[in-house]
Amino acid sequence: MANKVKHHREPLVRIVKRDSMPVAKAILIRAIAIALSLVVCAVVIYAITKMNPLKVYATMFEGAFGSKRRIWMLVRDTMMMLCIGVALAPAFKMRFWNIGAEGQVLMGGIATAACMIYLGDVLPTPVLFAVMVITSCVCGAVWGMIPAIFKSRFNTNETLFTLMMNYVAIQITAYCVSIWENPYGSNTVGIINPQTKAGWFPALFGEQYMINVFIVAALTIAMFFYLRSSKHGYEISVVGESENTARYAGINVSKVFVRTMIISGAVAGLAGFIAVSGVSHTISTDTAGGRGFTAIIVAWLAKFNTFTMVLISVLIIFLEKGAIEIASKFQLSEYASKIITGIILFFILGSEFFINYKLIIGKKGAK
Amino acid sequence: MNRRILAILLAMALVFCAFSFTACNQNNDGENEGEDKIKIGVISVGDENEGYTYAHMDGIRKAAEKLGIDEATQIIWKNNIPESELCKDAALDLADADCDLVISNSYGHQDFMQEAATECPDVQFVSMTGDKAANSGLDNLANAFTSVYQSRYVSGVVAGMKLAELVKDGKLTDANYDADGNILLGYVGAYPYAEVVSGYTAYYLGVKSVVENVSMLVQYTQSWFDIAAEGEAANALLAKGCVIICQHADSTGAPAAVEASLKAGNVCYSVGYNVDMLSVAPNAALTSATNNWAVYYEYLFNAVMKGEEVKTNWSEGYATDAVAITALGASCAEGTQEKVESVVKALKDGTLNVFDTDSFTVNGEHLESYKVDLTGDFDTDDEGDKEAIWDGYFHESEHRSAPSFDIRIDGITELSDEQ
Repeated sequence: MANKVKHHREPLVRIVKRDSMPVAKAILIRAIAIALSLVVCAVVIYAITKMNPLKVYATMFEGAFGSKRRIWMLVRDTMMMLCIGVALAPAFKMRFWNIGAEGQVLMGGIATAACMIYLGDVLPTPVLFAVMVITSCVCGAVWGMIPAIFKSRFNTNETLFTLMMNYVAIQITAYCVSIWENPYGSNTVGIINPQTKAGWFPALFGEQYMINVFIVAALTIAMFFYLRSSKHGYEISVVGESENTARYAGINVSKVFVRTMIISGAVAGLAGFIAVSGVSHTISTDTAGGRGFTAIIVAWLAKFNTFTMVLISVLIIFLEKGAIEIASKFQLSEYASKIITGIILFFILGSEFFINYKLIIGKKGAK
Repeated sequence: MNRRILAILLAMALVFCAFSFTACNQNNDGENEGEDKIKIGVISVGDENEGYTYAHMDGIRKAAEKLGIDEATQIIWKNNIPESELCKDAALDLADADCDLVISNSYGHQDFMQEAATECPDVQFVSMTGDKAANSGLDNLANAFTSVYQSRYVSGVVAGMKLAELVKDGKLTDANYDADGNILLGYVGAYPYAEVVSGYTAYYLGVKSVVENVSMLVQYTQSWFDIAAEGEAANALLAKGCVIICQHADSTGAPAAVEASLKAGNVCYSVGYNVDMLSVAPNAALTSATNNWAVYYEYLFNAVMKGEEVKTNWSEGYATDAVAITALGASCAEGTQEKVESVVKALKDGTLNVFDTDSFTVNGEHLESYKVDLTGDFDTDDEGDKEAIWDGYFHESEHRSAPSFDIRIDGITELSDEQ
C-alpha cells in the first residue's frame, strides 16, 4: 500500500498571536509606525502639493503649540477628549460596547444649560455648581443606565441600543434649543448669561481652563485606581473576560452591568457639564461634536488605561489642531489635511496589530 | 490570513486614492509682510464649495484686489468654523496673528465674536448678518447685511412676469388656484424668523406688484443647508399646486426638484437665492436674488486701512449695487428685462419702497405703526425699541442692518414648522 502523504501546503505568511512583548519593544514598534506614517505623509504631501513636507509638519506643530493661547486650546480640547475616554473606560473594560457617549455627554450638557438658564440668577454660585454637577451626572447616568438595564433583563444588544440613544439625545437637544433659542427663530441658544457669567467656570490662577484640567485630572486618577485596585474594578475585568466565569465566581453580572454603566454615563454627563459650563457656555446639537465617538478610539488605543489615554488624547487633538492650521496656512481643503491625520492614525492602529501578532513567513514557524 | 493583509493593502490604496483626488492650492507663506499693511482674518462657516461662503469669499477677494491687498500675505482664511467656541478660538488666534480686522460670515458666530471683541479691544471685529453689535456696547464690533429684500422684491417681479405670461397662455389649471381664486406660490424657508420673513414678504410683494391675485405657502426646513429637505419641501409645495417655488435656504435642492417636476410635464418654475441656479435647473430657473458683498468689503477695508470708524450697522442695496439678481433664465417671460430695469431704477431713486404700507394688509388692515425689537429681549416696549413705519412705508434695515420685518401679512400662510 502506497504511503500516501497528505500534501499540506504551507501558506506564505501566517499570523500568530504573540504571548507578550517587552514594553521597550512595544514602544519601539509604535515609534517605527509613527516614523513610517510621517514618511508616507511626506511622500503624499510632496506628490500633491510640491511643498516641503518638513515645513508642513512644522506648521502642524505651530498650529498646536504656536502660542500660549494655542497651547491652552490644545489642553482644553485634550481634557474634553480625555474626560469622555475616561467615561468609556469602565464600560469597554467590561466588554460592554458603549457607543452612546455622544448622547450621554449631550444629556449632561442639557442639564447644565438648563441650570444656567433657569437657576443662574436664583442660586448662589457654590450651590449652582453643586446642582449643575449633580444634575449633569444624573442625566448622563440615566442615559447610560437604560441600555444596561435592558441588556441585563432582556439581553438586548447594547451596541445598537446605546447608539440609538444618541439620536434620542440629539433630538432632545434640538428641542431644548428651540425652547431656549435667542433670538427667537434663530435656532441658536447663543452664549448663556453673557453679562452675569452665572454658571461659568471662573478663571483659576489667571487661566480660564485651569478648572477643566483639575477636574479631568482627578477623574483620570480616580478611574485608574477604581479599575485597577477596587473590588468593583476586579468584577468589571472578570465580567469583561467571561460572563460565565463571573457568574461561576458568584458575581452578580446584571448588577455589575448596571452599576458600571451608571458610572460610565455619569462621567460622560460630567464631560457635558465641562463642555457647557467650562468651555462653550452654550448648548447645541454639536456640543458633543462627535467626540463621543472619537473617544472610543482613545479608550481602545489606550487599552482602558486612563493614563495612556492622556497621551492618545494629546496626539489626536494635536493632529486635529495641526490639520486646521495647515488648511488655513496653505489653503488646502480641510479634508485634505484630515487625510494626513487619517494616515497617521492608520499607522498607529496598524502597529497594534504587529504588537499583538507576529507574521511567520514560509515554513519556519511550523510546529 | 493573506486576506487580511490584502485588506490592509486595499485600505491603504484607498487612502492614497482619496488623497490624489483632492485639489490643492499652493501658496507661499507670508514671512515678509510689511509692518503697516492691513491684515485681515476671515472666519467662514463653510468653504468655497458652499454657495453662501463662496459669495463672501468672492466679495472679499474682489475688494482686496481693487484695493491692492495681497491675498497670500494679508488675508488669513479660516474655513469650516462651526458656530461654537471654535469661532472664538479662531477669532482670538487671528488677533494673535496681528490681524487688524476679523470678519465672521455666519449669524451664529456673533456671540463668540462678541467675546473675542471684548478681549481684544484694538482689533476691529465684524459679524456679518449679525444683529447684536449695537447693543453690545463695544466700539470694535460691527454688523453688516445687505438690503437683500430689494433684490428679493425684484426677483418677485421676474416671477410675476412669468406668472402673468402663464395666465395669458392658459397654462394654469384649477389646481394652481386656492379657494379664493388666488394663484398659489411656494416658498422654501430655513427658519421662522425676521431674516426669512422679511425675505419672503419682499418676494411676495414683488410678485403681487405684477399679478394681483396671488397667495403664498411657506414651508420651513429648519436648516440653512439641507439638499434633501429643501427638495422635499419643494415637492410638497408643488403637490399643493404651487406654480413658482422660491427659496431662502442655501442648497440647490429646491430648484433641482422643480426642474425634475417641469421635465415630468408639470408647469412650475423656480426662483433661487445667492447663486445662479441655471446649472441645476436650466429650464426651471428664472433668476436668483443675490448679494454683491464686494461693495461692503471695499467700504470696510478702506475704513480700517484709513483708521476711520466702521459703521456699527451697515446696510445698502440697489443704491450702491450691493444687491442684484442673477442672469435671467431662458424661461423668463418676454419683456422681463425691461420691467426689471424700470423697477430697479425706481428702487434706486427712492420712488418705490418695497414695504409700502399701501401694498399689504395685516388681518385686513393697513399698518400705520410697528415697533421693532432692537434690544433683543423679544418684546417691543423698551426705550431702545423703535418705530419702523413712517412716510408710508416700513423702513427695513435702517435701525439695524439685520432684517427686522417680522410681520406676517395677509396672503401668506406658513405651513407647520415640522419638517
